[in-house]
Amino acid sequence: MKVLVLIRPKQGILDPQGQTVERALPALGFEGVTDVRIGRLVELEVTDPSKLDELCEQLLANTLIEDFEIQIQED
Amino acid sequence: MSEQQAESLPGVDRAVELGLTKPEYARIVELIAREPNEVELAMFSLLWSEHCAYKHSKKVLRRLPTEGDRLLMGVGENAGAVEVAGLAVAFKVESHNHPSAVEPFQGAATGVGGILRDVIALGARPIAMLNSLRFGHPSSPRSRWLLDRAVAGIGHYGNSIGVATVGGEIHFDPSYESNCLINAMCVGIADPDRLMRCAATGVGNRVILFGALTGRDGIGGASVLASAELGDDDADKRPTVQIGDPFAEKKVLEASLELIDADLLVALQDLGAAGLTSSASEMAAQGGVGLDIDVANVPLREQGMEPFEIMVSESQERMLAIVEPSKVAAVLEVCERWELLASDIGEVTEGDRMRILVGDNVVGDIPVTTLVDDCPLYDLAPAPPEHGLYPAPPADLPEEADHRDTLIALLSGANIASRRPVFQQYDQIVQARTVRRPDEADAAVLALPVGENGIRPAIAVSIDGNARRVAANPEGGALEAVLECAANLACVGAEPLGLTNCLNFGNPEKPHVAWQLINSVEGIAVGCEALGIPVVGGNVSLYNEGPDGPILPTPVIGMVGEMPDATKTSSSGFLTDGQAVALVGPFSPNLVSSELAARRGQAPQGELPSLDISAVIAAHHAVRDGVRSGAIQTAHDISEGGLGVALAECTAVAGIGCDVTLPEFTDAALFGESPGQGFVIAGDAAAIAAIPGARVVGTTGGGNLVVSAEDGASFSVPVAEVQAARDGGLTAYLP
Repeated sequence: MKVLVLIRPKQGILDPQGQTVERALPALGFEGVTDVRIGRLVELEVTDPSKLDELCEQLLANTLIEDFEIQIQED
Repeated sequence: MSEQQAESLPGVDRAVELGLTKPEYARIVELIAREPNEVELAMFSLLWSEHCAYKHSKKVLRRLPTEGDRLLMGVGENAGAVEVAGLAVAFKVESHNHPSAVEPFQGAATGVGGILRDVIALGARPIAMLNSLRFGHPSSPRSRWLLDRAVAGIGHYGNSIGVATVGGEIHFDPSYESNCLINAMCVGIADPDRLMRCAATGVGNRVILFGALTGRDGIGGASVLASAELGDDDADKRPTVQIGDPFAEKKVLEASLELIDADLLVALQDLGAAGLTSSASEMAAQGGVGLDIDVANVPLREQGMEPFEIMVSESQERMLAIVEPSKVAAVLEVCERWELLASDIGEVTEGDRMRILVGDNVVGDIPVTTLVDDCPLYDLAPAPPEHGLYPAPPADLPEEADHRDTLIALLSGANIASRRPVFQQYDQIVQARTVRRPDEADAAVLALPVGENGIRPAIAVSIDGNARRVAANPEGGALEAVLECAANLACVGAEPLGLTNCLNFGNPEKPHVAWQLINSVEGIAVGCEALGIPVVGGNVSLYNEGPDGPILPTPVIGMVGEMPDATKTSSSGFLTDGQAVALVGPFSPNLVSSELAARRGQAPQGELPSLDISAVIAAHHAVRDGVRSGAIQTAHDISEGGLGVALAECTAVAGIGCDVTLPEFTDAALFGESPGQGFVIAGDAAAIAAIPGARVVGTTGGGNLVVSAEDGASFSVPVAEVQAARDGGLTAYLP
């Protein structure tokens, strides 16, 4: 099955990437955008979803500074 | 007030939760004649912590010499500085051990960022970084993970901001398994007339905070003060991990230097541990003034931060400046051009009150001296241990192995193998000053601008520590660390001008740790006096302990030396065939606490031989002068793994072998250590023979390292095998 893992910086953690994008937007004429936070999306094809949490904790996300959310997509 | 009376104070439990002792809390209550409120308690808990108040080490540190002819700025400022070729060379080493043990990438990165800001605060442009790292045994997956991520973090920050990482050292020992050490050193250059001090002066002057936004970063212990509505479910709202942003720091760097160049600042200070609390109170204490800080004017990254959170936040990439009112507009303009937030958050006041305001509301009001100077300083209760403190490491090298096999095993061991897999991740040449980088010479060499005489001077920098020897004999081992650092400088032709130290120890309330600390400081002081150099500043990191007890006592020494001519330097390896190889120095090798002893499963204990400091210094001078005159082309100090490893390292650099005959052929003679006291040198035969104290032992050339005894015994190793052993040793442990 196809699995999406969304990884986001934890609330309150400094996100330099998000800040940089937020600062760049007005320069291009996009006003009124705030609280930009940048994470990442990992797509996986797995046969056994039971170990997904462990896999995310050990490799995909740094749980000290990131939260992750697993979305299992139906075939 | 007695401890019993303190017991009955309503606020005592919170104070204890924040790390203060009951007598300390009682003292605070006495000094300010009331119980501190939430904001004040948060400030006291940080400023009266070991990290800020040095309460267990301050009395011991008084032993260190802090005066020198070339000293421009010393202890008490953000970093020290010495004069070289008309420039101020600023430098300091600092630890970031505990954050790195939690999150090694960000911990190491923000450690680099923190020490950079210390140097920037002096108005110096950072030109080089060095680091000293300690991890548990590399067979442990956790140690390998810490190594990999810490190195990546150092590279991330240093490479991004454009400061060369030019040197360092890494050691592995089981005592660091749950408490790694990450010490970072920064070197910068400045115009001596523009060196910035941190003392706030001038009543009515404004306090300007500039740099990154303030968030809830690093609010660790103080988070117990958090308001009640944040329960466990909201743990995410209280992060303690600080994230480094090297590009923000680059802007802070350029803006700070521009502000100083334009003469817009009265004083400048970085925000590090304990954030605004520590920076503001230190500036006020140094200047003998009071400060009003209005936290309502601090730009925040998050909604709803409480005043105490703003005061203790450890958000990175921020600076605090004192500015005359007429120059505030100009300062804000410079910061805006560098895309930095800057805000006027307060005023220098008469008297000595540190007042924290929210608009017109006073939420904290305490005497600066109480915060900064009145923390009790403790006497240590040292006691030498009756038996060894550290367990024997696992043996992996049999005693019956012959010299050749022993040499290969040492070379391929994690503590001696080439650091190439690590330092190749660092930009070592950005800014184009690097004349000698790792694996090329014993110290890094950085060129300075060409002088009026048309000659380009340089500085040499080195960082060193040998904790196993310190464990055996704290005074002797720490002295050896100072001498080894000076020996590294001598190898490239440099004369030491000053040192900075980072004292990494366990819990000083334990008598044996206190004994290690006091005697190590004594050893450093003796070394400084012998070399005629001051300690310009440094850092103490205590309570480095794991479940099995304290880390090895780890004083780390960083040293800066002067070279009149950047082109008159040496290589740490043999450069051509047919040169004379000689030994210099009163080298008295022994296996006590050596790398070989560790590999054979022996604990770090035993008697170190006494050393003749004046003979050692004479050898340093002979090598330094020989390198400067061009007589010596190869100079390498004999350190871990002893003479055998030193010779092998000399052959590995350019793949040129040697054939030497030694008077003694024992394990101790070949692999015994006596750091900082002996050198391998090479050059033209006639020139080498003229070096005072040089004992010629052979010649360079050929494809083998050939070591013979006078009685005819010998062993030989192809240089290619030496190189393969050295190169593979650390790679095996990195992903």
